[in-house]
Amino acid sequence: MQELLKLFEPILEFTKDGNWKMIIMWVIGATLIYLAIKKQMEPTLLLPIGFGAILMNFPGTGIAEPLETLYNAGIANELFPLILFIGIGAMIDFGPLLNNPKMMIFGAAAQFGIFFTLCMAAMFFPPEVAASISIIGAADGPTSIVVANTLLGGTEHSGYIGAIAVAAYSYMALVPIIQPPVIKLLTTKKERQIRMKYTQSSVSKTTKILFPIIISIVTCIFVPAAASLIGFLMFGNLIRECGVLDSLSDTAQKVLANLITIFLGITIAFQMSADKFLNTSTLLILGLGLIAFIVDTAGGVLFAKLFNVILKMFKKDPINPMIGAAGISAFPMSGRIVHKLGLEEDNQNFLLMHSIGVNVSGQIASVIAGSLVLGFFS
Amino acid sequence: MQFNPIAFVENLKYMCIGMLGVFMIVGIIIIATYSIGKICGDKSDKE
Repeated sequence: MQELLKLFEPILEFTKDGNWKMIIMWVIGATLIYLAIKKQMEPTLLLPIGFGAILMNFPGTGIAEPLETLYNAGIANELFPLILFIGIGAMIDFGPLLNNPKMMIFGAAAQFGIFFTLCMAAMFFPPEVAASISIIGAADGPTSIVVANTLLGGTEHSGYIGAIAVAAYSYMALVPIIQPPVIKLLTTKKERQIRMKYTQSSVSKTTKILFPIIISIVTCIFVPAAASLIGFLMFGNLIRECGVLDSLSDTAQKVLANLITIFLGITIAFQMSADKFLNTSTLLILGLGLIAFIVDTAGGVLFAKLFNVILKMFKKDPINPMIGAAGISAFPMSGRIVHKLGLEEDNQNFLLMHSIGVNVSGQIASVIAGSLVLGFFS
Repeated sequence: MQFNPIAFVENLKYMCIGMLGVFMIVGIIIIATYSIGKICGDKSDKE
């Protein structure tokens, strides 16, 4: 009997030591795994993050050491997010954007949430932390990690990186829940029914090849801080569009992106030990992240409505203001949501090509916004 | 963690400069993209 009781001693010691915070982290980890598997919310990242959060919260296991090695090898030097951008670049078809480049202006407008959240977060946190939190509004996981790590890595505030990454990826998964009510609140039924003509243009292969090269050059000249993120994104896209590297493009889209995603998720969990993660600041970061997403969406929609006033002055056809909401970088969910909302109001209202065009422009604009924020505070 | 409402106003400059910067760079990219299309002879096919 005494032998049996000895088996339970570690459990009693564990609870005595006030390790209840670790138990809460297990619940958080389990919740992330549940959301990933059962609700299929960003499973590629939430599952490894959730499992890593559980692993990180056992005393005396030594699991932190290999995770720290991975963290230093791939996140502290920003290698994983950058390599992931090659895969993302190879996945994106800029065709709809090249068809109608002026739509890119809505991608810019939808970055308003980042800067609004920066001001909000500055009321509670030091400037570098506020800047890192604001990038949750980029709706772009790798950009959030790069900015947060550059500004906070190795400082006394590095504990916030885990919460920022978790918030960024969680809200990306929640885009289908967050965006529709905001869009509906800011638009009338009549506005949501506005149809938009789609003029199919033949975008030449040369244009598709030159686009990533020109964007990289423009970025390197005007926003050097964005050079690495945009450069890797456009490198991936060039591999896709050049037409002679299909095998590499396929590898970048699938194998490379998957491999990095596996390590990225579990490595982020290195920042999710109970002592770093469980505090009121984390709750506040989650709240501010939600504000960033809502204001991004609102900014895009309201800018599109303002654009309609100008179009009306010049007696041009109005645009559907919902496409402004697709300017957040969550690709392709945001574009699809706008298309779906258009069909809900009018089953012949096909907005997909417009919304996807705006959505991919949001990818570029969010990196530019993130780099500007980096420039302000680094 | 502190609560400093004045910080909101103090950081508005970043909002103005940041949004202006994003619009300017995106504007340059739009012009560059139109220029590529013109040079490479992209044409409208059908509606």
